Amino acid sequence: MKESASQTTADHSHDEPSAADPAETTPEADEERTKPAGPTPVTDGSTSVVRALENAGVQHAFGVQGGAIMPIYDALWDSDIEHITMAHEQGASHAADAYGVVAGTPGVALATSGPGATNLVTGIADANMDSDALLSLTGQVPSHMVGSDAFQETDTTGVTMPITKHNYFANSADTIGDTVGEAFALAESGRPGPTLVDLPKDVSFEETDVEPGEPTVPQNAEPPTTADAASIMAAARAIERAEKPLLLFGGGVIKANACETARAFARDLEIPVVTTMPGIGSFPEDDELCLSWAGMHGTGYANMAITHTDCLIGVGTRFDDRLTGGIDTFAPEAEVVHIDIDPAEISKNIHADYPCIGDAELVLNQLTAEIDHAPDAREWREQCQTWKTEYPMDYPVDEDAPLRPEFIVEAFDEATDDNTIVTTGVGQHQMWAAQYWTYTEPRTWVSSHGLGTMGYGLPAAIGARFAADDDQDVVCFDGDGSFLMTLQELSVAVREDLDITVAILNNEYVGMVRQWQDAFFDGRHMASEYNWMPEFDKMAQAFGAQGWRVDNYDEVAPAVEEALAYDGPSVIDFHIDPEANVYPMVASGAPNGQFALSEEQL
Amino acid sequence: MTQNEQGLQGPPPEERPHPDGRRNSQGIRIDPAVEAEPRTRTALVSALVEHEPGVLARVSGLFSRRQFNIESLTVGPTTVEGNARITLVVEETEPGIDQVKKQLGKLKPVLSVGELGDRAIRSELVLLKVNGDEPDKVHAVTQMYDGETLDAGPRTITVQLTGTHDSIEDAIDAFRQFGIIEIARTGPTALARGDTPTTPGEKPAAEATLGVPATDGGDTAESTVADETQAETTN
Ligand SMILES: Cc1ncc(C[n+]2csc(CCOP(=O)(O)OP(=O)(O)O)c2C)c(N)n1
Ligand SMILES: [Mg+2]
Repeated sequence: MKESASQTTADHSHDEPSAADPAETTPEADEERTKPAGPTPVTDGSTSVVRALENAGVQHAFGVQGGAIMPIYDALWDSDIEHITMAHEQGASHAADAYGVVAGTPGVALATSGPGATNLVTGIADANMDSDALLSLTGQVPSHMVGSDAFQETDTTGVTMPITKHNYFANSADTIGDTVGEAFALAESGRPGPTLVDLPKDVSFEETDVEPGEPTVPQNAEPPTTADAASIMAAARAIERAEKPLLLFGGGVIKANACETARAFARDLEIPVVTTMPGIGSFPEDDELCLSWAGMHGTGYANMAITHTDCLIGVGTRFDDRLTGGIDTFAPEAEVVHIDIDPAEISKNIHADYPCIGDAELVLNQLTAEIDHAPDAREWREQCQTWKTEYPMDYPVDEDAPLRPEFIVEAFDEATDDNTIVTTGVGQHQMWAAQYWTYTEPRTWVSSHGLGTMGYGLPAAIGARFAADDDQDVVCFDGDGSFLMTLQELSVAVREDLDITVAILNNEYVGMVRQWQDAFFDGRHMASEYNWMPEFDKMAQAFGAQGWRVDNYDEVAPAVEEALAYDGPSVIDFHIDPEANVYPMVASGAPNGQFALSEEQL
Repeated sequence: MTQNEQGLQGPPPEERPHPDGRRNSQGIRIDPAVEAEPRTRTALVSALVEHEPGVLARVSGLFSRRQFNIESLTVGPTTVEGNARITLVVEETEPGIDQVKKQLGKLKPVLSVGELGDRAIRSELVLLKVNGDEPDKVHAVTQMYDGETLDAGPRTITVQLTGTHDSIEDAIDAFRQFGIIEIARTGPTALARGDTPTTPGEKPAAEATLGVPATDGGDTAESTVADETQAETTN
C-alpha cells in the first residue's frame, strides 16, 4: 500500500517554502493559501489533519485502526508519513514516546475512540511523568452523539485531562488542522509533554479547503528562555564561594539539547557531576568528574556526594522522590541553585535558594558569563574520587553458579558502540541496565522513569529503531514479567524487519517485587513467582524472530554476538540467578547517604 | 567494573559520616531544634482564563489531583469577550500557595494569575431563607446589615446580603434567632483596588480602554521572590 502512495508523493518536501507557509501568507495570498501545497488537496477535516502533521515534519506515526479514526487513516493513504501499525495501542504510545526521545521531535500515536483511546492512556501517562513530547490523535464518535454513551464512546479529553499538558476536542474542519499543529508545537515547547486531539468522525469527514499553517505554540504558552539578571548574579556568587559544589543533571538537560553546554560548564569549573536517571547520558559516565546517577539504586559515590555537597546545582530536574529519598535528609547542607524551564518545579519538592527559570542551555550560558572564577573545590573533588574507590559497583561471579545479570549488561556494552540505544522494562533488570552500562551519549538511555511502566521496553525499542541512525544498535533489556506485558509487539518488529535485540534477564520472578518481599515482607512471595513463562526463545521463533536461550557464562558472548549480528529482531532469554538483588539501595524515605549495600543493611 | 566474590564493598551505613542539617517537609533547610509545623494562611487568588468548555474542569481537576485546599471558587465574565475571571480562596502553606499560582499558570486556558492582598476589594453574597413568623424583626435585622428582602411569603422570608466574609458571618448569626431554613452562598469575588490590574498585565476590552491610560504592574501579583514574575506561562 505504501509503494503506490509514495510514488505519487515522492517529490513533496516539508522544507520547501510553499503557498501554505503562514509566514508568507498575507491577506492577498489567501487565494494561494487554499491551494494544495502537497500532492493532494485539503478537502476535509482528515486531509487537513494529515497536512498539519506534514507541515510539522512528521515522518512516522504509530497506531491501530478503528471506526472513528478511519477517515484519518484514509487520508494517510496519500501521505508520505510512514504509519507503523502496532499490535496494541499501548505499544503505539510507548513506541511514539521512545521515537520522540531518540529523535528529539514529538512522536505521534493514533487510536480509535473508546478502547483505542483508553489503551493509549498508559503511554500518555508515562510521557507526562517523563516530560516526553508525544502527540496523540484519537477518533471520537460523531459530535451529535457525544454524551449519549454511543458505541465506543469514551470521554477521552476527560480521561486524559490530568495526564496531558493540554488536550483538545476538534469541533470544526476549518480549524482542525491548526489545532493539530498547535498540539504538536505545544508538546515540544518549553517543558515537553504529551498533548492529545480528539477527532469526532463527522468533523474528520466535514468538507473544508482551509490549509493549516505551520505548527504554532499558543500565544500565552511561550516559555521563558533566559533567567533574570539578579537571579543569575546571586546563583553565580553561590557557585563561586562553594567548597563542595555538585552539578545534578536531569532529563531536562537532554531535552533542552544542552548537553554540550552542560559538559563544558562542568569541565570549565571542574565541578563533579551526578545525574538523575532520566539525565543518564547527559554527561559521559567514563569522565573522571562523573559520579553516575543518584537516588534509590544510584551509585554509592553519587549518593555520598549529594548528601555532603554544600552547593547543589540542579539543572532540568524535578527532585523526584526516588532521587531525593527522605526530603528531611536530602542534601541537608546544600544551598540549592535550581535551573528549570518550568517555574512550578522551583521549590515544589526542594526549596531553591537560587531559582533560575529558563532554558537550560541559555541559563548555563548566562551563568558562565557571570561567574568570575571557579569554586575552590580541589579537596572536594578528591573526596569524590575517594568515594568512587570506596564504593565500587561490582558483583560476584562464580562460573558454576547461575548467571549474574550485571555480567550480561556489561557483555552487551562491550560488544556494542557508544551510540547504542538501550531501552528497558521496569524492575531489577532496568536498574542493572542503568548501573552496569556506561552511558556516554544523550538519547541512548530510553526508559520509563516517573511512571515505571512494565512493558515499555519492546515497543520503545521499536519506536527507537525508527528514530535511530542506521549505524546505531538498539538493545532492549527486559524482565520476564515486563516482556510478557507487551511481547505481541514482536510481530511488528518481525513484519518491519527491525534490527533490534531483546535481552530478557529472566529470573522467573517479578524480581523487584520479590526483592522487596524478601526485605520487607518476611520473604512471603505472594504473586511474584513467574515460573510459568513460555519459552521465550521458541516463542520468538514462532513470531518469526530469532531466539536463543542462555543459561551459562560461556554461552553469553557467542549469543550476544550472534544476536547483534542478526539483521532483524532477536530475543535472548537469559536465565539468570533468581536470587540476584539490586544494590546499592536507599529505602523509601531514607537518607541517600545511608544507602544499603546488601539486604542486611536495610 | 571489577568483579569480586562478595558483592558490594564499602563502609556500612553506620560508619559513614552524615551531616546534621535538616529540611522540613517543604524541602526548606531548617534548624531541627526549632522545627515547627508549617503554618497555613488563606489566600485570595484571581485567575483570568479563556472561557472555553472544560476550563472549570481543568481548574477543579488540578486542585483535586494536587490536593490543594480550596475553600471557594467563583467564576464570571470580564470586560473582554471570551475571557472569564475565576476567583479562588485557598488555605495553604506559603509554598503551597506558590504552587497553586504556578500550577494554575501552566494550564493553557489560564491567561494570568494574581494573588490579591489585604487592600483588594472583595465581596460575597448570601441568600438566607428564614422563618416568616416575625416579619418586622426580620426586616429590622435585614436593614441593619444593609440587606435586601427578595421574597416575603406567608411562612418564609428570603433576604440577600452582600459584603465581606466576616460581615456576612455576623449577619447570619443575627438571623439565627428566626430559624434559618436554607442558605445559598457564593465565595468571595474580588478586584484589585484602584488602577492596579487584578491579574498581572490584565487589560480591559478595547472599548473600555478609550481615553483610559493603560496600567501595568501594581501591588497585585508582583512578588517578593524573583522567580514569580516569570511564573505565568505554560510549560
Ligand atoms: C504495569 C506495571 N505493573 C506493575 C508494576 C509493579 N512492578 C514494579 S517492578 C515489578 C517487577 C517486574 O518484573 P520483571 O519485568 O520480571 O523485572 P525484574 O524485576 O524481575 O527484573 C513490578 C511487578 C509496574 N511497575 N508496572
Ligand atoms: Mg523478572
